[in-house]
Amino acid sequence: MKSLLATLALTTALTLPGLAMARSVTLTTTLNNYGGDGAYLALYVTDASGAYVGSLWMAGGKSKYYEHLSDWYRATGGDTGQVNGITGASVGAGRTLEITLDLADALFDAGYTLHIDAAVEDMRDSPNEVAVPLTTDGAGTPVAGRRYIASFDCDM
Amino acid sequence: MIRALHRWPGLLALALVIILSLSGAALSVFPAAERIAAPQAEAGLTVAALADRIQAVYPGVEQIRRSPSGRITAYWFDQGAPGAAVIDPATGEGVASADPNQAERWLTNLHRSLFLGDGGRMSMAAGAAAMLILSLSGAALVARRAGGWRHWFAPLRGPLAGRLHVEIARIAVVGLILSSTTALWMTASAFDLLPDGGAIPATPTEVSEETGFALDQMATLLQTPVAELRELSFPYPGDATDVFTVKTDRGTGYLDQGTGALLAWADLTGWERVSETIYMLHTGQGAATLGLVLGLMALGVPAMGATGVLIWLAGRRGRPRIRGNQPAGRAETIVLVGSEGGSTWGFAATLHAALTEARRSVHVGPMSGFAPERYARAERIILLAATYGDGAAPASAKGFLDRLSTLERAPEIPLVVLGFGDRSFPAWCGFAKDVAAAAQAKGWPELLPLDTIERQSPQDFARWGRALGEALGIPLKLSHQPVLPKSEALTLVSRRDYGAEVQAPTAILRFALPRIPLWQRLTGAGFARFQAGDLIGILPEGGAVPRLYSLASGRRDGFIEIVVKKHPGGLCSGQLTALEPGDTVAAFLRRNPGFRPGRSRAPLILIGAGTGVGPLAGLVRGNARRRPVHLFFGMRHPDSDFFYGEDLATWQNEGRLTRLVTAVSRGARPHYVQDALRGEATQVAELIRNGARVMVCGGRDMAAGVADALAEILAPAGLTPAVLKAEGRYVEDVY
Repeated sequence: MKSLLATLALTTALTLPGLAMARSVTLTTTLNNYGGDGAYLALYVTDASGAYVGSLWMAGGKSKYYEHLSDWYRATGGDTGQVNGITGASVGAGRTLEITLDLADALFDAGYTLHIDAAVEDMRDSPNEVAVPLTTDGAGTPVAGRRYIASFDCDM
Repeated sequence: MIRALHRWPGLLALALVIILSLSGAALSVFPAAERIAAPQAEAGLTVAALADRIQAVYPGVEQIRRSPSGRITAYWFDQGAPGAAVIDPATGEGVASADPNQAERWLTNLHRSLFLGDGGRMSMAAGAAAMLILSLSGAALVARRAGGWRHWFAPLRGPLAGRLHVEIARIAVVGLILSSTTALWMTASAFDLLPDGGAIPATPTEVSEETGFALDQMATLLQTPVAELRELSFPYPGDATDVFTVKTDRGTGYLDQGTGALLAWADLTGWERVSETIYMLHTGQGAATLGLVLGLMALGVPAMGATGVLIWLAGRRGRPRIRGNQPAGRAETIVLVGSEGGSTWGFAATLHAALTEARRSVHVGPMSGFAPERYARAERIILLAATYGDGAAPASAKGFLDRLSTLERAPEIPLVVLGFGDRSFPAWCGFAKDVAAAAQAKGWPELLPLDTIERQSPQDFARWGRALGEALGIPLKLSHQPVLPKSEALTLVSRRDYGAEVQAPTAILRFALPRIPLWQRLTGAGFARFQAGDLIGILPEGGAVPRLYSLASGRRDGFIEIVVKKHPGGLCSGQLTALEPGDTVAAFLRRNPGFRPGRSRAPLILIGAGTGVGPLAGLVRGNARRRPVHLFFGMRHPDSDFFYGEDLATWQNEGRLTRLVTAVSRGARPHYVQDALRGEATQVAELIRNGARVMVCGGRDMAAGVADALAEILAPAGLTPAVLKAEGRYVEDVY
């Protein structure tokens, strides 16, 4: 369990002023047994036009490998400042990453999309492994990723 | 200093460097295997053609990668299911699984992090740093031992473990330096300590927003041979704003999927290129042969670890442990030891203990480690100096006089020199006298005049201790108990008796080899390795000081043989000549490196009389290479003390002995061995002019007579025994 209430509210562009306007969200990402080393995952949000808005979490500590999270890398130019303070360890095959954070109400039902890029050493890069619209209706419905993610769930 | 820099990282990081080297050696096989197994692209194939072929087979292709080995892998989605395969570039079809090799993955994780994440990575980097320090300090030690970098591959002598250690090291050290340096670079890169991150081109702001331009028409891909490709990523299906991303050996670019135009390009940075080269050198990926060579060299590390530990243990056994030895920089009294066989270290330990008890801080070290600039708090320097051979420096004092002579000024710390010697030798305390004279010439202040210890006498040492105590103003009581080397029980197998008729009863005693433990066999310690001319020490029952005898056999003969003459009233010789087969004596081995025939094929002139013929006969017996050997043998009477008479005839027939010249001293015309030399003057001079080596063994008077005779014989050729001695071509074992 990673609790990041205060940090995230302060460090990302995804919260509106005033925590009263935000809601607590738990993101649960479970990986399948792909038979490789720990996966790097970048969780980030784009707006209705597809433009990068901000990052929610980076699983994986070595920035030299971020270029394999190719969509995130291209969107941010590899700027580690985007994931400063919201970086954790890479996630092993079959393991689950669970993060809890406060997301601004205004992000929901407004055309925003949550993306996960994934990459594993010596295996395929999987940008846009998961792309789910941020909607209040969609919350709680697990979706599967393309290659590494067995299920992803955004729970309010 | 260099030795310490070699020893401690070696012992501390032993396990780590062994894991690193074994896993590294195992990993080195994979790039070569991949190179052999991977179908290679035909020369001239372009990325455009390859991508087109693959897309025809796998319409959902997302990414194509080429590894440095030339292996091409494609990743695709087919109706939502991910697929991947190693591709045959000739057909575009998958031929093998693209899943990572689990064994390689396991080994890689062991090799770089011990499965322990970042902490493990740092440990392994420390292991690599230790390996680098070991390689550099080891190389310096090898160069020093061989006498300079130019003699890097000079032949080696000494115990097996030491030779193996150096033999492996001087081949493997290049690979180990390369592997460890590149490992440290790669660790620094992994921890983002180097600015070698990938440069990416700026995201194109405008794209055609069209799709479907034919892959095999794209100019950039047509110009790029497959050999330069690293990665080609396809745009998302249905996303007209996405682009092709191509990475090559030169850089990264984006291609428009509607027009095929190159939208943006970024070259590789210099740092990236360096890092990639280093990655290739370390992993062998893209340089499979080099990888295999490095892997083979890494296999030398466990062997060097094992032999290194054996060398260290053998070195520790040679000298007593000095408890509470102070660092040189903090000690008030510096005691430096010049010892050959190790007995002087025992005196140093006794002195250290007594001074320490008197609350003085003492540092004991070898004279070869003399470094006056380090003795910051020293108030006196005490040198305990034995002498080797004819006044030469003993093993632990090598280089002392050179270092002293290079000093601009002598240290101001007062000096005490104590010599250890045996008055029966002409160069009695020769080295200690040389040291004292050199110190005086330099103006080094003296705390006490040169003093000497005769034959390891505890009484002499106690007397000197009182004098030292008076100079220091403390009561100093030195009670030294000599530590005898660990001895083995030798069992007599047979004896041959001679000389009763000439009132000189003498016996050739042959003992069985004792059982030799494995560690001795590996380190060459004790009786595991000896040659004719080495010595054995025998402690007689009821005696305190061991007597030394020259060996008349080598290890290869499979027995231990000595020639012993019974001296009237002699304790040890009396006991030895009374031995019957089956009886045992306690004995230890002492090497005699100054009395060796050497490895060259130059003729040998062996000169001996009486029991001194023993080691010379042993050399003849061991002359399997049929080196020309001329033996001058002095005896009293052929019927009484012609030791090895029958054997010598046999050896001459076998070609082990070229010529035997005897001199008989009892009879109408007494004839000594030096007379025999004069009789053969022409031939002896000829042999010596052509590089022959002279070895003399026997009594002191005989040796002096031989030296005089040789001086006469060689004078016309402008040579003297002294010149030959200096060249190492004239060696003596005299008693």
